[in-house]
Amino acid sequence: MRATTPRARRGRPTTVCATAFAALAALTLPLAGCAPQASSAADKRTVSYWMWDANQLPAYQACAKAFHKENPGLRVKITQVGWDSYWTKLTASFIAGTQPDVFTNHVSKYPQYAELGVLSPLDELGPTRGIKASDFQPGLAKPWTGRDGHRYGAPKDWDTIGMFYDRKLTEAAGLSEDELGSLSWNPRDGGSFEKAVARLTLDANGKRGDEPGFDKDNVVRYGLATNDAGGDNHGQAQWSPFTGSAGWKYTDENPWGEHYNYDQKRFQRTIEWYFGLAEKGYMAPLEDFSETNHPETQLGSGKAAVALHGSWMLSTFDGLKGVDLGIAPTPEGPTGKRASMLGGLADSITRKAKNKQGAAEWVAFLASDKCQNLVGKDAVVFPATRDGTAAAIAAHRRNGLDVSPFTRHIEEGTTFPFPVTDHASDINAMMIPAMQDVYAGGAPVSSLTETNKQINYLFQQDN
Amino acid sequence: MAVTKSASAVPRRASGDARVAAAFIAPAMLGYLVFLVWPTLRGVYLSFTSFDLLSSEKWVGLDNYRRLVNDPVFWDSLGVTLHYVVVNIGVQTVVALLIAVLMHRLTNSSLLRGIVLAPYLVSNVVAGIVWLWILDTQLGVGNEMVEALGFDRIAFFGDAAWAIPTIALVNVWRHVGYTALLIFAGLQSIPSTIYEAGRVDGASEWRMFWAVTVPLLRPVLSLVLIITVIGSFQVFDTVSVTSDGKPANATNVLQLYVYDLAFGRLQFGYASAISVALMLVLTVITVVQYRLARAGQSDLD
Repeated sequence: MRATTPRARRGRPTTVCATAFAALAALTLPLAGCAPQASSAADKRTVSYWMWDANQLPAYQACAKAFHKENPGLRVKITQVGWDSYWTKLTASFIAGTQPDVFTNHVSKYPQYAELGVLSPLDELGPTRGIKASDFQPGLAKPWTGRDGHRYGAPKDWDTIGMFYDRKLTEAAGLSEDELGSLSWNPRDGGSFEKAVARLTLDANGKRGDEPGFDKDNVVRYGLATNDAGGDNHGQAQWSPFTGSAGWKYTDENPWGEHYNYDQKRFQRTIEWYFGLAEKGYMAPLEDFSETNHPETQLGSGKAAVALHGSWMLSTFDGLKGVDLGIAPTPEGPTGKRASMLGGLADSITRKAKNKQGAAEWVAFLASDKCQNLVGKDAVVFPATRDGTAAAIAAHRRNGLDVSPFTRHIEEGTTFPFPVTDHASDINAMMIPAMQDVYAGGAPVSSLTETNKQINYLFQQDN
Repeated sequence: MAVTKSASAVPRRASGDARVAAAFIAPAMLGYLVFLVWPTLRGVYLSFTSFDLLSSEKWVGLDNYRRLVNDPVFWDSLGVTLHYVVVNIGVQTVVALLIAVLMHRLTNSSLLRGIVLAPYLVSNVVAGIVWLWILDTQLGVGNEMVEALGFDRIAFFGDAAWAIPTIALVNVWRHVGYTALLIFAGLQSIPSTIYEAGRVDGASEWRMFWAVTVPLLRPVLSLVLIITVIGSFQVFDTVSVTSDGKPANATNVLQLYVYDLAFGRLQFGYASAISVALMLVLTVITVVQYRLARAGQSDLD
């Protein structure tokens, strides 16, 4: 027993392990700075590139091959890191000085990197200077213009939201494809959208959600799948099609707004109605969402009939066994229009890239129709250029998928941008629990007014 | 202690020994200074700064501590951690004591001791993930059993009311064998003559447990408690791989909050301030525990 005595006394230092870790990380900073820069000839020939989507790796390897043909002196080294550890690794690489020359960037993450000053303005580099907003689908380039007016990302693809459903279930419920394609909703009675979702809900006694005697506490199949509460991405694939079609806007300006509107009546009424679907038993409860039970799993296992999700999930939903996949556009809202967030990725160059010239050549190539068409033919995402998008639509058609529910948002101009602001990670940290609390914790929707106040306080402190 | 005494009894040349001693201590001392003392000091310093890891730190005085006092998430997180510690330590100590006494009074089988210790050989992360799958609402065998018993499936990690007790019990499962072994070692230091005397006096096992085992085990028990309470306050990995703070911060334990602040939001200054606060809380708890349980003294003499 004696042996454990000193260990117990030494408990104090171990309690600061997190601090110690932070401090250690800080200690390595000057060391990294002192290390001699290994600037060999190999560095001048290699362009390192990071991406997270394994599904798109083949398309980008094809792009790299085409790039090598055009630039015999350059070699692209692609590293794929899964989304879950991508951002942590990237941040760590900036600190250690091992960052890639070029990396796939996301609108929700880039403001923080821009703020930290680790990105290189593309308009200051020869090969990427010529990139214009008009090269891409409308609305894609704007979020990537920094507060200082410089361009920090070359758009590579775009995505919108749609409704994935199982045709076997909708047909059994007597809902035609035309009906599903022309649904509308409103915050008062939910409109034809809520009626359809209720109709698709089934309880243990075989009663549908719109039939008398429906038992909302004993549901075996929900009309709408759960995809968490959407606090981490501004409800992109959860409630944003509704708040958007209600005519509500996230911030005073976009990009670089400094005031969020989560306290507005129009937003809160929409959220109250949306999470009310779970209370009525039509949408799966929050606790049904887990790492093992994403919306596609819920659809695949027949636990849900409809799932709202992004176009980047097309191939995943299409690959579900036993599901006769149908896709419908998001419903029309009180504004009389549909609405979808326009998401999009871009390629960014790091400020301390070892091979900036080569990096810029590669980014310019990624944004060109040559590479965009290769990505389009692969039919995983919609490339950012018009030609690339057309190639993707054609490829999906060959696979027997009509993707117009996603593309119509672009054609009809019914998209709205992701709110690009400072403090993104702090806002996430507040919104994730706040939205979950409204969804499942019994918090009133008015509690978001306080959350909004805290968010806006972050911006007031800046001034 | 006994070792020190016999060593000092041997005649020696003080200066020569000191040099050898210093040489032996040096590696440990170096590690202690570099990996414990310096990071601790640096952490305390950082808690008075604003630091994002990429630009150099800025002195902000007591700002981080002011923010801490007014941060509802911190206080909520402290509450969540306390809830976890109470369930974890409460259940673990009682079960470990029970297992230890059974091992001591009933059997000498080392196979049994090995089995009791087995979960401790699994890493926290693996244990967390295995239990996450066992208790999964849709696919988990645990929930199949719950359903077979006639209850509704339970979202063990997804429901705000269940999540903390579930995680606390998963960690009890992992640590109880180790704790039991520590207590068992303490039990073996109780002379068997006392039990024999008790039996001669006609005392029952139950009576001997309360009149002999518990009082004589007090110093060991209190030290075990100090170690396990400190370890319990530092819970991180099991939460990180299972509920990750969800739902709605219901499992946002302190270390998870510190981690997210530092590595998710790059606020190393504020994260350090919370770490320092946790260090102070643990120091106070340890000192109080030590005093209350008179852990430094034994009733054996």
